[in-house]
Amino acid sequence: MARTRAPERTLLPGDEPLSLLRKDGTPVDDSPLSMPDDDVLVELHRRMVVGRRFDTQATALTKQGRLAVYPSSRGQEACEVGAVLALRPTDWLFPTYRDSVALVTRGVDPAETLTLLQGGWHLGYDPYEHRVGPQCTPLATNTLHAVGFAHAARLKGEDTAALVMLGDGATSEGDTHEALNFAGVWRAPVVFLVQNNGYAISVPMSKQNAAPSLAHKGIGYGVPSVLVDGNDVAAVHAVVREALESGGPTLIEALTYRIEAHTNADDATRYRTSDEVAAWLDRDPVDRLEAYLTSRGLLDNARRAAVAAEAEEFAASVRAKLNVDVVPSPDELFEHVYATTPRHLREQAAALREELA
Amino acid sequence: MTAVSEQVSMAGALNRALGDALADDPTVLVFGEDVGALGGVFRVTDGLAARFGEQRVFDTPLAESGIVGTAIGMAMNGLRPVVEMQFDAFAYPAFEQITSHLAKLRNRTRGRVSLPVVIRVPYGGGIGGVEHHCDSSEAYYTHTPGLRVVTPGTPDDAYRLLRDSIASPDPVIFLEPKRRYWAKGALPSPAGSGSIGFDRALVRRAGRDVTLIAYGPMVATALETAEAAAEEGWDVEVVDLRSLSPFDDETVCASVVKTGRAVVVHEASGFGGYGAEVVARVTERCFHHLHAPVLRVTGFDIPYPPPKLEEHHLPGVDRILDAIARLQWDDEVVGSYRA
Ligand SMILES: Cc1ncc(C[n+]2csc(CCOP(=O)(O)OP(=O)(O)O)c2C)c(N)n1
Ligand SMILES: [Mg+2]
Repeated sequence: MARTRAPERTLLPGDEPLSLLRKDGTPVDDSPLSMPDDDVLVELHRRMVVGRRFDTQATALTKQGRLAVYPSSRGQEACEVGAVLALRPTDWLFPTYRDSVALVTRGVDPAETLTLLQGGWHLGYDPYEHRVGPQCTPLATNTLHAVGFAHAARLKGEDTAALVMLGDGATSEGDTHEALNFAGVWRAPVVFLVQNNGYAISVPMSKQNAAPSLAHKGIGYGVPSVLVDGNDVAAVHAVVREALESGGPTLIEALTYRIEAHTNADDATRYRTSDEVAAWLDRDPVDRLEAYLTSRGLLDNARRAAVAAEAEEFAASVRAKLNVDVVPSPDELFEHVYATTPRHLREQAAALREELA
Repeated sequence: MTAVSEQVSMAGALNRALGDALADDPTVLVFGEDVGALGGVFRVTDGLAARFGEQRVFDTPLAESGIVGTAIGMAMNGLRPVVEMQFDAFAYPAFEQITSHLAKLRNRTRGRVSLPVVIRVPYGGGIGGVEHHCDSSEAYYTHTPGLRVVTPGTPDDAYRLLRDSIASPDPVIFLEPKRRYWAKGALPSPAGSGSIGFDRALVRRAGRDVTLIAYGPMVATALETAEAAAEEGWDVEVVDLRSLSPFDDETVCASVVKTGRAVVVHEASGFGGYGAEVVARVTERCFHHLHAPVLRVTGFDIPYPPPKLEEHHLPGVDRILDAIARLQWDDEVVGSYRA
């Protein structure tokens, strides 16, 4: 296949994660990354606050029986929001079940985002409307879709890159490795963003991987790789944007932490300590950016209150939408199996209709 | 342009179909393992890379899940990939992508995402292949709603069905009976390429006494059996299913209602096999017209045997004739019926 450019960026990540903001919100002096513009930082903050409120609202909706289950991304907002806001309008996102906040940040309607978990259908949104692939549950399978999509864009002469999200556990799946290899060979414009949140349900990194880091895996496929502080939204935004604009593949490992259990149905106390959680609460991505913005005079109490109010309003709209009972039509069961419904399915649809009459 | 009378092998017909599709539609791509310079291990893609260029016909890294997974992404982005799995059993690494995504994405997205992907799979035995090269894997795919599964029995149908498959908005598992790759036949004229109907079965030989239901590699065997049966006084009708899923109940039942007797033939193991579905459908729909239970002649319920034993496993003329003989013939009734 056509090689548009050789991998000139470094294939191995650094020993330390790249960052722009320290844990306390003070800027890193000698970062090789460039700080996003002020208006971008302010927007990143707003979206993280709104995203987090959406996330707590979704968890609350599971308790009220409105959602079957919800995998929270609390603590991972820097990745969810930083990466999505780095996307250019023509780029595509290939998310997982964990990435509902990324979806609403991309502009997908929250009710359509939650259709899967609410149980009305498998997918609520139109992938072409927001350039967002279906949220992917079979781990790592979306990596190959992203590579194929990006390669097709290249063949069609379109300036579209694909951003695929996956977890630390998903890097052990064969598809991840096939996708990195295809992306390397094709020089496909695709960014693999691994949110290393420490666990695959209960299984820690130590049982998942023997390499110095997950980002070290890129070199085996000729894919430039980056290790980034995944709780530093400025850094995540910067590395993802650079990767999207590189024209080739990039593997990014973002170090972060899942503050909540795997889902509301999981009991995280069985496999991790509250001390560990507390240490990560201390590295909170929203607090960090707020400290920086405040020090720069970009965030004051009035702005903080306005963003909080917007988040509340958003949560209320999510509640209102999700409190409506959705009763999908049984007829639809048969409608989208093939482009044209074949006879045997028309017969089965008729039988069900009769049964329900 | 292809002449009606021209004789080509099935591999040649498939090659012609791919070439014509690539020429007609710039969104069609052909890729897989060794499909470029080599032209595929069975030469089905011979010459296509040279003719259409590396952007449209290309070798991929050696990874079947990768081939199907990237094909899905390409189809989401408006292309029509036609990918090759080198052999039946080597498609298994792609099973997750096929069943969880390729088959389901239209449904999962309420019809918003269409995946016009064709997966070509050389399948079946009879070529003296060693293990993992001779599986009949059709039932894995036919059991998966959302996939179309088709298999040609003749060169002309290979051309027609492949063109129809590439044009289809649905994903298609295109099973190529590798033991028939070299059998020759006429090509259809391009104008007639869609004339049979993509998901219609075809009566290959008309007969009055018994319906032989076959597909893919067994179509030729069934026709051979019909000739042998004629010598013993049975007038056999042969139905070539062509589309295994969706299934053409209409054509099959019309035949069985007429003959009152049926035998289903396939190479794959019988237990839980595709033939069981055919028998069930025919029995449910034609029960009052049947003079005998519908029988199956299939491979044994064993892993595919080594080359020196495969002849015992594969259904042949004698075994099918034996099955026909067991269809509770009543000389008097048959005699009067056939008079
Ligand atoms: C192929 C596959 N195997 C198993 C599962 C069940 N499962 C769902 S999430 C999960 C853990 C995934 O961990 P990770 O990739 O780190 O992502 P995270 O949930 O931490 O975001 C497992 C095992 C699955 N969804 N898909
Ligand atoms: Mg994880």
